[in-house]
Amino acid sequence: MKVFMSGNEAIARGAYEDGITFASAYPGTPSTEIMEEFSKYDGVYAEWSPNEKVALEVGIGAALGGARALVVMKHVGVNVAADPLFTASYTGIEGGLVIISADDPSMHSSQNEQDNRNYARAAKIPMLEPSDSAEAKEFIKIAFRISEEFDTPVFLRTTTRVSHSKSVVDLEEPERNTEKRDIRRDSSKYVMVPAKARERRIEVEKRMERLRTFAETFQENRMEINDTRVGIITAGMPYNYAKDAFPDYSYLKLGIVHPLPSGLIREFASKVEKIYVLEELDPFIEEQVRAMGIEVIGKEVFPYTGEFDPGIVETGVTGNRVEGVELPVRSLPQRPPNLCPGCPHRGLFYVLGKLKVFVTGDIGCYTLSFMKPLEGLDSCVCMGASVGMAHGMDKALKEKGRVVGVIGDSTFIHSGITPLLNMAYNKSNAVVVICDNRTTAMTGMQEHPATGFTLQGAATKALDFVELAKALGIDNIRVVDPFDIQGTRRVIKEELSAEGPSLVISRAPCALLAVKQKTKGRGKPVRVDLHKCTGCKTCLGLGCPPISWKRFEDMDDITIEKKTKKQEGVAIIDTSLCDGCTLCLQLCSAGAIEEVAEDE
Amino acid sequence: MSESVRSVLLVGVGGQGIIRASDILSLVMMRAGFDVKKSEVHGMAQRGGCVSSNVRFGPKVYSPLAKKGDVDVLVSFEKLETLRYLEYLKADGKVIINDEVVNPPSVNLGDDLYPADTVDFIKKHFKDVKVVDATKMALRSGDRRMSNTIILGVLSSYLDIEYGVWEEVLEESFSPKILEGNKEVFKLGREE
Repeated sequence: MKVFMSGNEAIARGAYEDGITFASAYPGTPSTEIMEEFSKYDGVYAEWSPNEKVALEVGIGAALGGARALVVMKHVGVNVAADPLFTASYTGIEGGLVIISADDPSMHSSQNEQDNRNYARAAKIPMLEPSDSAEAKEFIKIAFRISEEFDTPVFLRTTTRVSHSKSVVDLEEPERNTEKRDIRRDSSKYVMVPAKARERRIEVEKRMERLRTFAETFQENRMEINDTRVGIITAGMPYNYAKDAFPDYSYLKLGIVHPLPSGLIREFASKVEKIYVLEELDPFIEEQVRAMGIEVIGKEVFPYTGEFDPGIVETGVTGNRVEGVELPVRSLPQRPPNLCPGCPHRGLFYVLGKLKVFVTGDIGCYTLSFMKPLEGLDSCVCMGASVGMAHGMDKALKEKGRVVGVIGDSTFIHSGITPLLNMAYNKSNAVVVICDNRTTAMTGMQEHPATGFTLQGAATKALDFVELAKALGIDNIRVVDPFDIQGTRRVIKEELSAEGPSLVISRAPCALLAVKQKTKGRGKPVRVDLHKCTGCKTCLGLGCPPISWKRFEDMDDITIEKKTKKQEGVAIIDTSLCDGCTLCLQLCSAGAIEEVAEDE
Repeated sequence: MSESVRSVLLVGVGGQGIIRASDILSLVMMRAGFDVKKSEVHGMAQRGGCVSSNVRFGPKVYSPLAKKGDVDVLVSFEKLETLRYLEYLKADGKVIINDEVVNPPSVNLGDDLYPADTVDFIKKHFKDVKVVDATKMALRSGDRRMSNTIILGVLSSYLDIEYGVWEEVLEESFSPKILEGNKEVFKLGREE
């Protein structure tokens, strides 16, 4: 049966068809939907682990017990999982182990643009790279076969454009799971003390040699000889861009990007006159082909940064700019993403922005509050960094009350617990706020260890942040409702002047979670009484989507008396978008904001 | 250049139902016998930011993304967003504009002005420009959220696919409760 699937859905389907029944992951764009889809298939075990390192260790353990395990993460997740990764390459696997690395060229939803093909090389692990959904479904199966045959973890790398594009896929019936799960002790392989690791180190090089031979005849390394004047060596999504732009050139499309098939590359080079290496991000293939003594054109014409499209490929090869109809240049207002109406982060970051403290931030929706008008966040590096950085800055400044670290609930569990322990241990004076919206909001409402539910919907233990913080040695622990602006401001100010480290838990569910769970909205929408509004713009400081500024000169249908000589307009609230959170009502000193009556 | 591949670019603001509309369009083209690829960006763009979705179809489609100057129909769910993507249109490309305004944050704050001359500007440079007030039409039909189906109806009149194929996909895409309403407004759009 032919269906229309995203690359992520196809990977999940492929794993299911291959009889895979074990998977672990931490959510992260663009990888998240792989686990969400996989977890729905019959007879599978799938878990959200607290972070990628744990997810990989869970996968290594499952594989050691004979399971064929799938581990899924985004590119920066591999940084977190790198420690077990490099040694799992030495131990090999008992069952099967495939790690998905979903890279994000152009940083659509990431803090950096790292090219994880470099991990394959550094950890000496083979890596496959599909170019569309049909290949994604096929390659996940091949990845498991390679894992089993060569006793190695295998990477499957996607990019955002492969993960999130949809194309036609042919469904097949699932294979039966024939794994033999049992305990098999082998200390020479699984106890990586130096003496044993030195022996395995040699085995890894032998394995790479065997994999290089395998790559030479691997059926997904495809040579297409057409017009021999130009040959393009490429892999993954860029292959499609090139085929779109230059359907008549010759191609060497690589299905495996590590190790490279050097014999095949030499053969291709001998058949074409001029060779381009086309790859997004690093010159990973290009440098290796050059090292073989083959002359190629690569990063001198194609960009190092950002994802490609057919136009970029065309420009690189022909030197001509690809443009649409020439139009007069206009400057357009930008439309960055924004916190939703009714978002619990808004009240907290309004308070933080006004306190003029340095706010070390983290990865989540709340990162958006660095923008105007909230301006309540001053740094963002990686998952968990807010807590360690707040402590470091506090120690460096040697002055109390100047630094607050903010971190989401899921992110805190991911990698904020250890640095919070460090704050207690090393006598910090910084304040940490957990923005506890009861879900992993940014990636689309995934469960985590504090929500009380697993990925597959089973009720489970829910982590209690207060008890946890007590156990770590934090004495000052407060819980606030971020929809109460005064209360939130008072508590944070008190904690900024308190002795020792403080933890403030800012707790209210994500506005989208309330919609998803069909729990009642917070309240009635509010509106502005235009005759009371003084035009002070305080409410606009919330950056709430329904609230907008209207100048008197743009109003022709209504006459409003000015409250002050200088008043230039009024605030307006679009009640159809309003969530009724009342933050603006709390801020309005003129009493101009009121609830819309029931009968309106 | 794959001359036989056609491209539709759907753009607007997160939450307007663009992804849903592009899914339906893709399925229709698949049923009509074409190879189809579609691409959009998820993640942070959903939080009220710009959304764009490429749908490309033909005998064989490689790239899910169209290059600049290669889009046949630009379908914009929000007026201002049309301007952001004009460079992707062919010189003889067609434009469908929903007459809806969603203020960007800087306009809400009074720091920027919402462009007032959008439609005139586009008409000056492109011949085939259609403006529909899908939001008003959807409200009149009882549910603001159906505006994306109306726009899809308008788009369907630009593509040579018989109504039966659309109907089949619409029936698979909506729950029984909202199906009839959506079929009705789809026809309104198709006749617009």
